[in-house]
Amino acid sequence: MYRKRNRSRRDVLKATAGMAAVATAGTLMPWQVGRAASLTVGFIYVGPKDDYGYNQAHAEGAAALRSIEGVTLVEEENVSETVDVQKSMESMINFDGVTLLFPTSFGYFDPHILALAPGYPDLRFQHCGGLWTAGQHPTNVGSYFGYIGMGQYLNGIVAGHATTSGKIGFVAAKPIPQVLLNVNSFLLGARSVDSSITCQVIFTGEWSMPVKEAEATNALIDQGADVVTCHVDGPKVVMETAAGRGAWLCGYHANQAPLAPAQYLTGAEWNWAKVYQDMVAATLAGGTIDNFVRGGLAEGFIKMSPLGPAVSETARNHFEVARAEIMQGGFAVIRGPLKDNRGNVVAADGQSFAETDVALERMDYLVEGVIGSTS
Amino acid sequence: MTAAAVPGTPDAAFDRSLAAARRHGEAVIVPLGALVAGLLAFALFLGIVGRSPAEFYGLVYQAAYGSTFAWENTLARTAPLLLAALCTALPARLGMIMIGGEGAIVLGGVAAGIFAMLYPALPGVLGIGGMVAVAALAGGTWIGTIGFLRHLRGVNETIASLLMAYVAIALMNHLVEGPFRDAASLNKPSTAPLSDGFRIGTIPGLDVHWGLAIGIAACVLCWVLLERTTWGFAARIVGGNVRAAQVQGLPVGRLMVGFSVLGGACAGIAGMIEVAAVHGAANASLAAGYGYTGILIAFLARHHMLAILPVATLLAGFEAASGLVQRRMDLPDATVLVLQGMVFVALLAGEALHGRLAWFRAPGRQ
Repeated sequence: MYRKRNRSRRDVLKATAGMAAVATAGTLMPWQVGRAASLTVGFIYVGPKDDYGYNQAHAEGAAALRSIEGVTLVEEENVSETVDVQKSMESMINFDGVTLLFPTSFGYFDPHILALAPGYPDLRFQHCGGLWTAGQHPTNVGSYFGYIGMGQYLNGIVAGHATTSGKIGFVAAKPIPQVLLNVNSFLLGARSVDSSITCQVIFTGEWSMPVKEAEATNALIDQGADVVTCHVDGPKVVMETAAGRGAWLCGYHANQAPLAPAQYLTGAEWNWAKVYQDMVAATLAGGTIDNFVRGGLAEGFIKMSPLGPAVSETARNHFEVARAEIMQGGFAVIRGPLKDNRGNVVAADGQSFAETDVALERMDYLVEGVIGSTS
Repeated sequence: MTAAAVPGTPDAAFDRSLAAARRHGEAVIVPLGALVAGLLAFALFLGIVGRSPAEFYGLVYQAAYGSTFAWENTLARTAPLLLAALCTALPARLGMIMIGGEGAIVLGGVAAGIFAMLYPALPGVLGIGGMVAVAALAGGTWIGTIGFLRHLRGVNETIASLLMAYVAIALMNHLVEGPFRDAASLNKPSTAPLSDGFRIGTIPGLDVHWGLAIGIAACVLCWVLLERTTWGFAARIVGGNVRAAQVQGLPVGRLMVGFSVLGGACAGIAGMIEVAAVHGAANASLAAGYGYTGILIAFLARHHMLAILPVATLLAGFEAASGLVQRRMDLPDATVLVLQGMVFVALLAGEALHGRLAWFRAPGRQ
């Protein structure tokens, strides 16, 4: 975005005069500095870089790479999950000499990255969220993701302390495993405070549909929910709508505290800066990145927004205890005895699913206490 | 040009052909002039925000038209736009403004995906032919229904087609997330992956799928239909004056519904090509906005079937260049939208000049 600045006529004249010079210099200057320890990294986002959400979280992670010497960062936003992304990747490769790519949207993986990667065996494609499978997918492709459900569990704890109505709300995009795990974790966090709390979930059906997100938020609050969180690409609309209605907010993807500092309790954020710095450092050092990378709070893949001013002392203590427990690793949000909201047993007494359990990546239920349906 | 030329002399023949060239030239020179004016206005805009227009246009040329890869990039993005534009341009020739091509695209794609899922064992030609047929049927029915409602009940086709596009997207989501979801598609609900026989490959020697050739062929065929057949002639009369067409006894209703069906079928096939050539399964990625870009292209091409080809290539080139512009000049993605907007406004303004510039008129007819 442009910085707002008043321009005098002289500025315009100078700019016009400079144009030709810039253009000439631009064609003469080599874009890549041919040093040994240099790396051009390309990031592709499905939406705008400043969406207060999924894409902003990745863009902030990418921006952290600028501080590494020898790294050139190129970025492209609003690239749809069609042949467009294949051509954008190739454009980065051909024109910018990118050798390490981070196409960050889930839908870029299959078929787009999988179609392109075999043709560029010397390049590395790192994809967020995909399930890279040995023997089935190219070896120059890797997938990484974080156990952000843990963050929603911590959100739930703070929400459980904040609610006075005993009703909390969740605006969700699609009933897919990653989203369902977040909804369930949010409720189970709240129920660790008070086992009578219920969570109403509304699925908008789209990753980015601001009108429906606002309607869903209003509907949740109309039905009595006084703490709201979400899992959509850009939480901005949900946060602003809920704040306008006087509800408490738990964030997601990135830190939304600036949108409503007084009502923002905490939020489950991605910490891609650390992940990307590690991956780029490994590549610069001549090493390799694992093809399948997962991590949670303990590994620094996710982090929590600083607790807001409205969080009570009791809530803060409970939050810190739970966070310390999760930091030890192997924490299980889904543990028996637990039923789904249709009465089927999803975890028997004594059975538990640790954060690393791949069974969670196939979740198809909402737990008891969540009001809503997956279909 | 000179009044002194005597009829029948070579001089007069030359003058006549020059005058004819001028008259025909209007259709080319006015839009080209408007295009240049739009590009200049955008250059001014860049200058005001302190960026170099020379660098910008240099990058656009480099990224969109400057090399084989650049052309492949542009043409790959052109392919779906051609058929999408036909969905607006065909009904427009009969005076209907259909802006819901997006709906026909997603439904065509879903129909193709479901067909491939239900009959995976069909041999190549039948499989792909079947997908084309069901996609054309789905898209044609969708837009045809709107044409039908317009003719029978006077329902405004512009609003109806736009709203029906949202219904179509919701229907697609329901189908790929519900009854036809492949259980293995966990985090991105899709129909089952197409088997190899159902896939469409790339044009030999060019890293662009066959959708481009199909799109070009469709534009040419539609041009022949409109300009060289009696049906097309009848359709153009309906578009020119519907009362006159009725008085002449033309089957106005059948023509309107028929051309709506044809436009919808084109968009449906565009969706099928996306599934068979790009995605390999039907899912929410089908709603990529091609239908909406198609509206812009159809209007810029003044609903001329062959003009769609260069206009689509131009807009696809802007899209292809968007990435490089973002990366090199640190400009936001919306920059290309500003450029498109300025070109669009300039072309519409140029539209107002048609028939008003004396230079294009034949001498002696002022």
